[in-house]
This record gives sequence, C-alpha cells and structure tokens, in this order.
Amino acid sequence: MAVVNYLTIPKHIFDEMIAHCKEAYPNEACGILAGKGNEVSKVYKMSNIEKSSVSYFMDSKEQFKVMKDMRENNLSMSAIFHSHPSSPAYPSAKDVSLAFYDDCVYVIVSLMEQEPVVKGFLIREGAIKEVRISVK
Amino acid sequence: MAVKVKIPTPLQRLTQGKEEVDGAPGTIINLVTELDKKFPGIAERISEGGKVRRFVNVYVNEEDIRFLQAEATVVKDGDEVSIVPAIAGGENAYSVKRYSEKRNILTL
Repeated sequence: MAVVNYLTIPKHIFDEMIAHCKEAYPNEACGILAGKGNEVSKVYKMSNIEKSSVSYFMDSKEQFKVMKDMRENNLSMSAIFHSHPSSPAYPSAKDVSLAFYDDCVYVIVSLMEQEPVVKGFLIREGAIKEVRISVK
Repeated sequence: MAVKVKIPTPLQRLTQGKEEVDGAPGTIINLVTELDKKFPGIAERISEGGKVRRFVNVYVNEEDIRFLQAEATVVKDGDEVSIVPAIAGGENAYSVKRYSEKRNILTL
C-alpha cells in the first residue's frame, strides 16, 4: 500500500467540489476525486441517496459506473469527499466506522463557517491521520 | 473458464493483491463461501448469516444482485461478479452501533 502524505487537487476541480457541496446544502454532498496516486485529475460529483443534512450514502449504481469509468481511463480513486454542513472538517464516528477504502484520502468539506474548510484524512483501522491538501 | 470475480482494493490483502480471482459457478452465496476456502476471511467481509452485508454491493455483469435474486442469484462460467463496498458516512455521530458490523471490514 502506497504511503500517502498529501493530495494535490487542481484549482478548477477543487472549486467544482466546493460548488457541488454548496449546491447540496443544507444536505450533505459526496463525490470521488480520481487521478494517479495522490495527483487528482478528475472529479465525479455523486448523488447522496440519503438526502440528509447529517449523513450520506453514495448512489451505488453511480458508484459502480464511476469505478468502471476510472478503470477504463486508467485512473484510481485518489479520494472520496463529502460535506459536513454544520460540523467541522473532521471525520465523525460514523465516517470512521464506514471508511472501507483505507488506501484513499477522505476529504471533508465543512460548510459551518462562511468560508468552506477542506481537510483530508487517512482512516485506517479506526485511526485518523491528517493528510496535507495542496490546491494548484 | 470460471466466474470472474473483481475484488475491491480494501479486500485485495486477502487475495494476495489480486484484483481479479476465479469464482465457482452457482449462487452468489455459494461463490462467496467457496472463495473463502481459497482466501480465508473474505466471506465474513462480504456476508453475514448467509446474506450480503448492507454496505457491500455485489454486481453480476452490470446488474446489482438486489435487483436480481439477491444472494440466490445464479452465476455461470464467463459471468463477471464485482464486489463493491459502499461509500457512506456523515456528520452525525450517534448511530455508531448500527454501523459496528463494518468493523469487520475495517480490521482486515
């Protein structure tokens, strides 16, 4: 398993991710950042089938299509993002217990303040480690 | 020819890093049980009590088995089975117990 210390997101993709989270507000939004290793090159804006302000469940049909699309384009799932409309950018207990993809960065976009706060984490066996996000 | 089974990255530690393995024809639940003989521990990550776990999606070719015959869906040689853990979570913290079954997958 590769050691991930950072995640690089191009500015236009970062902005698209934030816009997707704001569009879903006050509900949670979710999506996938794909690329090569830690370098993101594509954003997939996904549907939260729970349509809830406190939880998300990515549409599994969309997820399956995206997994296939990534494979066909030789991309990997670099990160999974979701928003916290009214809590900080830090994994909740639920985020930790459902973090199956422990080789991906979990990006959390907090919209609780006027300016969005975006942070990335590796979640492995219940342990949370922050990963630096660089927007270029 | 066998059934092709696509293994998600979180479970590839149990398949010696293999992204695709051969599976046995028959029902999905039989395929999972047979896989466990080759890759011990994989069945409990995918299923519990003969049912596929809520947070694991299984596809036969392009179809979600929940829209087929669920665990009783029959696969044959040449079919492609994809195992895809769900992506879920959220800011509420009070329902951890409901999701504790997931711990099994986390502690691969």
